[in-house]
Amino acid sequence: MIDISGLSYGPAANPILQNVSAEIPAGRVTALIGPNGAGKSTLLKLIARQMTPAGGSIRMDGLDLVQAVPAVLARKMAVVAQHLSVASRVRVRDLVGFGRWPHSAGRLGPADHAAIANAVELFDLGGLQERFLDELSGGQRQRAFIAMAYAQDTDWLLLDEPLNNLDLNHARNLMAQLRHLAEAQGKGIVIVVHDLNYAISWSDHVVALRDGQVAFQGPVAEAATAERLSALYQTPVAITRLEGQVFAQYHR
Amino acid sequence: MADRRLIVLGCLLAAAAALFLFWGLRGPTAYILELRLVKLAALLAVGASAGVATVLFQTISQNRILTPSIMGFDALFLLLQTGLVAGLGAAGASRISGLPGFALETTVMLGAALVLFTSLLSRTRHDIQLMVLAGVVLGVMFRTLTAFLQRLMEPSEFTMVEARMFAQFSGIDRSALMAGLGLMALAALWLVRHHRVLDVAALGRTPARSLGVAYDGLQLRVLCLIAALVSVATALVGPLAFLGLLVTSLAHSLMQSHRHALLLPAAALIGALILVAGQTVFERLLHLQSTLAVVIEFCGGLLFLVLLVRGKIR
Repeated sequence: MIDISGLSYGPAANPILQNVSAEIPAGRVTALIGPNGAGKSTLLKLIARQMTPAGGSIRMDGLDLVQAVPAVLARKMAVVAQHLSVASRVRVRDLVGFGRWPHSAGRLGPADHAAIANAVELFDLGGLQERFLDELSGGQRQRAFIAMAYAQDTDWLLLDEPLNNLDLNHARNLMAQLRHLAEAQGKGIVIVVHDLNYAISWSDHVVALRDGQVAFQGPVAEAATAERLSALYQTPVAITRLEGQVFAQYHR
Repeated sequence: MADRRLIVLGCLLAAAAALFLFWGLRGPTAYILELRLVKLAALLAVGASAGVATVLFQTISQNRILTPSIMGFDALFLLLQTGLVAGLGAAGASRISGLPGFALETTVMLGAALVLFTSLLSRTRHDIQLMVLAGVVLGVMFRTLTAFLQRLMEPSEFTMVEARMFAQFSGIDRSALMAGLGLMALAALWLVRHHRVLDVAALGRTPARSLGVAYDGLQLRVLCLIAALVSVATALVGPLAFLGLLVTSLAHSLMQSHRHALLLPAAALIGALILVAGQTVFERLLHLQSTLAVVIEFCGGLLFLVLLVRGKIR
């Protein structure tokens, strides 16, 4: 479980996050939702320890994230950032291999090679593994980075807007794989998503942010209601059911 | 399991070195050989350290067009030289050449790099672009200060500074050469142990950190290493702005790899090869003195423009 309490970030006069307290359950898919500028990515980056909070605490399975050593954290959680670019000429297979760094420190053994092959297979990169990253499309590159994070073999996986560059097929596959990882391997998955339908239909848990504060949180079925979502986004959102599936209707 | 391309480079370098040593060997053989050996060692040291320093700098700046000289390293060196001559007078400055001179220059370079980059790193929030901008500004400042000091100088001091301002491969200082080689051996030892973490660092600060690399400390150490290597190259022959760029472009296009285990030796070999082969051609074939630096700067500058125009800034 990730236990966030009293978290704040940014200047006191104009905070980006203000007194955020939330619980993110282990072994589940949790979506961070909210309008632009609500602080979703900031919260994710604070959990990923890419930034230092101004106040409050984050504990991951009892481990204090502000104090933790990077090498220990790297075996605990993997992060896929929103903007992915690499200056050096790296092949896809080597990039995925970097995911094994926390375990191997660059000397890849048989177990590492197996994990790399598994990640390449799982994220549909078999035909691309000898290609250089700068020769790939945005979506392919994104999948390569997600495969790298998967190869890291951690309890937690954090993804910042992973659906941004993906086509319908790969977006759906990615969400299915994340669900599978949560259910079969008990990994805790935290994602920032903009598309409400993906959030509602694939995640177990939501944390909704608005103006740097938690608007509501809880299991999807209870938390994501038409009134709450409409208030969150300040636009009419209707929840409908069709053939057993829940839809958020907001585009027209 | 050395790479085949590295072996070919090594053989080429050995051939160039042999040619440099034994071509047109006439008269007092032992004496001439000794002179040539010293010169060869200096060429190897300068080429290798310029190549390695530039690869390292491009790794931590995640940029393929930057070189240490853009950060004002060689401008700092020139200011140091000028300051030394201005402060001590021509006679005093010529007395502390050799090992103490080299030690002094390297120490001040290292100290200045440490002070500059620790304060810059903490203020610019580890933003390398801002840091490079600051480096450019500092470079201009160093150059202006150098020019100002030269205005105040006596003519005899000024000629002495002039002689040190331009890269020259004749008249190598032997004790400085030994100290430089020692420093390079230390740098090589560190790189042999840590080259793998550099591969990860090349991904950038955020990805490297989330893989558990203590990036900020590593970046600082690499910057110190760069400062040391640049002082070796500049103290021995003077500033060579574009040699590093030429070398890293060739190393990248030859190796086609992100691995520092391949890139660093390739850059060292190519840097040494360019200098040794170039010097052999210039001295033995064309019977010219000290024009190699000009040709290297010309080719390197041309390459810099080509890279800029083709938009290969990353």
